[in-house]
Formats: sequence, C-alpha cells, structure tokens
Amino acid sequence: MVGSSQKGVNHGDNLTLHPKTMELRDLLQDRREVILRRWFDVIIKTYPEETSRFLQKEKDQFANPVGHAISEGISGVYEQLFGEIQPEEVTPFLDRVIRIRAIQEFTPSQAIGFMFLLKDVIRQELGEEIQKAGIAKQLVEIESKIDKLALMAFDIYMQCREKIYELKATEMRNMTYKLLERANLLKEIDDGSDQNDLP
Amino acid sequence: MAKPKSTKTPKPDELSKIDYRPPEKQWMEVPVEFKPGTYCYGARPKYLEEVGFPNPREWQPYEDDWKLPDNWKDIVLEGIDDRLKKYRSFRLFMDICVRCGACADKCHFYIGSGDPKNMPVLRAELMRSVYRKYFTASGKLLGKKAGARELTMDVFKEWWYYFYQCTECRRCSVFCPYGIDTAEITIMAREIINLLGCNTDWIAGPVANCYHKGNHLGLEPHTIQSNIEMMCDDIEEITGIRIEPTFNRKGAEILFVTPSGDLFGIPGVYTCMGYLMLFHELGLDYTWSTYASEGGNFGFFTSNEMAKRLHYKIYAEAKRLGVKWILGGECGHMWRLIHQYLDTWWGPADFLEVPKSPITGTVFEHAKSTKMVHVVEFTADLIRHGKIKLDPSRNDHLRVTFHDSCNTSRGMGIFEEPRYVLKHVVNHFYEMPENTIREKTFCCGSGSGLNASENMELRMRGGFPRANAVKYVNEKYGVNMLANICAIDRAALTTLMQYWVPEVEVCGVHELVGNALVMTGEKERTMDLRLEDLPGKEEEEEDV
Ligand code: SF4
Ligand code: SF4
Repeated sequence: MVGSSQKGVNHGDNLTLHPKTMELRDLLQDRREVILRRWFDVIIKTYPEETSRFLQKEKDQFANPVGHAISEGISGVYEQLFGEIQPEEVTPFLDRVIRIRAIQEFTPSQAIGFMFLLKDVIRQELGEEIQKAGIAKQLVEIESKIDKLALMAFDIYMQCREKIYELKATEMRNMTYKLLERANLLKEIDDGSDQNDLP
Repeated sequence: MAKPKSTKTPKPDELSKIDYRPPEKQWMEVPVEFKPGTYCYGARPKYLEEVGFPNPREWQPYEDDWKLPDNWKDIVLEGIDDRLKKYRSFRLFMDICVRCGACADKCHFYIGSGDPKNMPVLRAELMRSVYRKYFTASGKLLGKKAGARELTMDVFKEWWYYFYQCTECRRCSVFCPYGIDTAEITIMAREIINLLGCNTDWIAGPVANCYHKGNHLGLEPHTIQSNIEMMCDDIEEITGIRIEPTFNRKGAEILFVTPSGDLFGIPGVYTCMGYLMLFHELGLDYTWSTYASEGGNFGFFTSNEMAKRLHYKIYAEAKRLGVKWILGGECGHMWRLIHQYLDTWWGPADFLEVPKSPITGTVFEHAKSTKMVHVVEFTADLIRHGKIKLDPSRNDHLRVTFHDSCNTSRGMGIFEEPRYVLKHVVNHFYEMPENTIREKTFCCGSGSGLNASENMELRMRGGFPRANAVKYVNEKYGVNMLANICAIDRAALTTLMQYWVPEVEVCGVHELVGNALVMTGEKERTMDLRLEDLPGKEEEEEDV
C-alpha cells in the first residue's frame, strides 16, 4: 500500500533516478494518457459487460454519447489536479459525467463514486514510483483535491436530481394547465374523483 | 401514487469499490425491478370502461398483485396466436432474426441507459423466447437450449417494463439487414398486454377522452373556440390584424385538423398562431372543427382496433361538413397513421377530392387516396411558387436546427419540406450531425405515449442522444432554437432541453413562418409570436 511509502524514502539509487525536484504533478502529467485510460475503463465497468464493451469500442461521439461524455469529462477534471481547483472551469466537466449518471440506474454513491475511482487508479499506476521518490505527502494533497472535487460532484448530482423533480412537477402545469387555468375551462370525464393530469 | 423505493445507504468501503457491476447472470434469469422514474402509472378503471377495454381495476405496476384474471396465460397465448395469424410481419419478425447485433446499439434507450434489455434485439427476444416455447417445434422440444422460455408472471412483467421503454421509433429497423422492425413487435406486445387491462394511465386517459370528447384533453367545443380566439388576440397585438377563423363551418373547402397540443400547450400555441396567420393571409376557405379536434391518436399505442376507432372521427367530420379535402397540422404519429394505416382501415376516402392547393393549383398526388396533406408540404409549395412574402430577418435572433420526428421522417419520408421552409424563413439554419438526422434521427425519447412525467428519468435517458447532438450545434454554431413538426416533440423536447441543453428552446416550423410572414396591412412588428421584443426593434421605437 502506498500509505507506508514513507519507508521507501531513503533508497539511494532513487536519488539518481529521480532528482530531488521530482514532483507528483510531473508524474501525473507524463502518465496522463494511461491514467485517463484506466480511469475511463474502471468507470465504464460500472455498466453491464455488453455495455462497457460498447462504451469503449464505439468512437463516434454521436453514436456513443455516454462514452464520449465520460472521456471528455474526466480529462477536463484531471486538469484540475495540477493547480488550485477552479470551480467555474471544472464544473462543466463534472457536469457532463454526472448529469448522465444522475438519471441512470445508479444510487447516489455510485453516481459520484467515479471520482474516488481516480484515487485507486493513481495508486495503482504510480504507487511504486511515489514510494520510491518519497513524495507520498504530495499524494495526500492530490487525494484531498480529489475529495474536494467529489464534494463538488455531489453538489452537481443534487442539482441534477432537483432539476428532475422540478421537471416532473412543473411539466404539465407549464405545458397545458397554465392556459387552461387562465381560461378556467377545464372539463374532464366525470367520475367524481379529482384528477387532472393528462397530456 | 408510486412509492419511491429507498436507496440503500452504502458502507464507506463500498464508495471506493472499483466494480459496481451486478453479478453476471443469463438475461432470462434476472427478473425486472420496477424502479421509480422508469415506468408510467397503471390506467384507472374509468378510462378502460369508457372504451370497453378488458379488466378495468385499480392497479399499479410496482404492486405484486396485478389483479389479472385466472386464465391470464391463456389470454396472452391466444392473443399471440391470433396476431401471428393476422399479421404476416409479426410471424416473420419472430422467425427471421439471426442475432447479428447490428441493431443492438442503435436504440436511444440503450445508448442512454446502458441497460442491455433495451437493445432492440434483446427487447424482441423477450417476446420471441415465449413465441419459441409455445409456437415452434424446436422450442417446445429443446426449451432453453433453443432460446425458449415459459410464460410466467415475471416474464409478463418484464414485457410490460420494456415494451413501455420503446418509443416505436423504428431507428433499429434502419440498421437491420433483414428490415426487422422492433417497433412492430412492441406494437404487438402492447396489444397483447392490453388484453389483460395493463394499460398505462397516460395512454388510456387520452384514449378515453378522445373517444368521449374528440381530443386527448377532453376539451369541449367552447373551450377550443375561446382558446383559439385568445391566440387571435395575441396575433392582433403583434400585427394589428384581427383574424376571425370559423368553426364547424359547413361547405368550407378545407377542414384543418391539428393535435390538441397546438391548441393549449406551450410552445404549441405559437405554432398554431403561425397557421392562423398564414391561412388568413392566403384568404384560405377553411374551417376548424371542435369535434375532430385532435390530430394525434393515442389509440395507436393500445391497439390497432382502437386507433382505427379514434381515427374515423376526422373523416366523419369531413363528410359532415362537406369539405373537399383535409389539411393537417404539425403532428407526428397522426401522419404515420394516415400514411401507413388509413387506407387499410377506412380508405380510400372517395367522398373527398384529391387535395389541390387553391393558391398554387398544385395537386397533391401523393395524397390521392387519403385526401390529407401535411401543412409543411402545403407551405413549402406556397414558397416554391412565390405566393407568400417573407422577411426572414425577423427570425435573426434565432439560430435554428431541425429535429426530424421519427414518425414524419422514418414513418413517412418527410425530409425536405420542413428544411425548405426553414431555409426561407430563417437566415441562420444549421444541421445536426448526419448520423443523428433524417432516417437516422434520434427519437425525443418520449414518443408512443411515454411522455408522462412520472417516468422522467427514462425520458431523459432516451432523449440523451438527441440532446447530445443539439448540444453539439449549440456549442459549435450557437444554435438556440430546435424546430420540429410534431406536437409531442414540442412538449417533450422542451423538457429534454431544460435538463440537457437549457440554452436551447423548442418551436414548430410554423411559428417561424408566422414570425417571417409579411401580412397585408400589418403594423411594423416589434414582437415575435411569443410576445417577446424583437431585438433592435424595441430601441428603434424608443428613439422616435
Ligand atoms: S439487426 Fe435484425 S437480424 Fe440482426 S439482431 Fe437486430 S433484429 Fe436481429
Ligand atoms: S423502435 Fe426505437 S425505441 Fe423501439 S427498440 Fe427500436 S430503436 Fe429502440
């Protein structure tokens, strides 16, 4: 586990391989492609097998909008690991992924859990090097950044859900009944029950 | 109504688990779970009673007991048998699928939900497996090995769940090398399901209302008339011109029928104002009917018989009024029915004349038998002959794209006319990507009676591929208006946009026609049909 990586600080040859200036952000930059690919892979594994195959294989962004949104979304989010989190910048990227998962068959934790998957991926992909370079502290920083992003993701998730409830509640009123109410003219098949929700 | 199911609170370690995938099981073995947001409520008994549908009772799909008659299985199997005999296409579609998978990822519900049972091939397989078991020798003999399974209550519920997650849009059929149309399988399945009274409230209600009062909402004649008059008030405010349309007028040349969504829904009413202005400007000899007051036909989402019963009122009214032909508004499934079913049901409508535009003299040969012309065809012909004056700059605040509705495009091949009209009434028109329009168009996700509110999550999933293409043209060209020629679209896409691309609004093509139409004697326009200021015009006024 990476948590014990501090012990690995003193390996002599690490110093020659990784000069003192070694930064986790450089590693994250160098290995961007592969980390993003693995992150994408573990996210689409949250879908049934046939579907994750489709999400991965189909490259046309209109034939496979979910796969495309996930891959664009996460690469935008990934950029935030390199500096201060810029909420206006990252929100549209988080939104792209979460807006979809908020209406698919996921629990709230599953819907935003993809953010935490990034931690696993980074540890798996860079764990050893982080240990060797003795930069575990930087990993902790990155991870707390991921936690912050996950909290933002949760807010976005809640906004999406609220939007759905709002659409459910107001759709019919806006579409029809506003006008009918104005005209005060609504008539229904009368069975004594009070119902008023038809297209 | 529906009891929301509580979601399980995850344990902390579950939050970072890599694989959320449910344990793999054969699809046949996973019974369906009714998740709120994905299904519509069950039909109230009064609606079924109104039209004599079987098994009226209070019921809800999430309840264990669906209150079916004891011999429900016999009813279903007989229902399948009847239809196999009656419709050759049904038997063919049950037999010939080679499971090549070409259709699998073409359904908007699959693309948006990721649920494999929304793959058209698997959706059809839900029924095909039962067909094999009871109607083929190999299935009877080999059972599961031949892909056959028993009809059980779980299977029946699964049918219900997934055949109400198909909008009968036919996109899958475009990609099937054998032309298998899963929409038709869904149509059959719903007929069979309805034999047990398992209709949805959202469909059964409009059917009953339409049967009783002539339109989905159950609006009475004076309501219809006064709402159209309200629109005329708005038109007067915008143009200074008072329009006096006629209702139920015998001896008019043309009967005009449009979906009731155009009479009352927003943004449908703006489209309706466009029709009113155009017909007035042309001096068209036409009448509205407060009896044939619905172009749409939710009967089509229950059974062929019911669709047939509801449809007749349009022709009965045309006969009663003694009109020569019928002009129809911007509607989707209304046109699929006229184009594909009408002649078999009631046609040819020999008591009417072949539609001929009184303005251009064009004879609409393609409507020789049905005697019914789509308003967008009519208007395209007017423009082609230079019969109306248009000022497209009045739509300059809009950057427009066009959504091909499944029914008018795949269902009957109207591709060019709306585009032709749009290009003459707006200056900024942009197409969505090629694989999302015309015959490959993505459904709104709410067709075939799925436009209820309780199944909102499902609708948002199904509509996502469409919304995604709209988002693309919004980001690339600044598109802010999604035009279409279907009343369900006008309502459903509006909601869809609010969730996915809130920058984009929705309109009918004739709303834009109404904006651009230069009317004789009109005052200078400062507002569009939504009574919103036309950019630039407002300031000019103030400057004076
Ligand atoms: S494309 Fe046609 S033949 Fe192939 S799996 Fe789909 S329905 Fe069957
Ligand atoms: S008809 Fe449309 S909704 Fe139904 S399975 Fe085919 S693509 Fe999906």
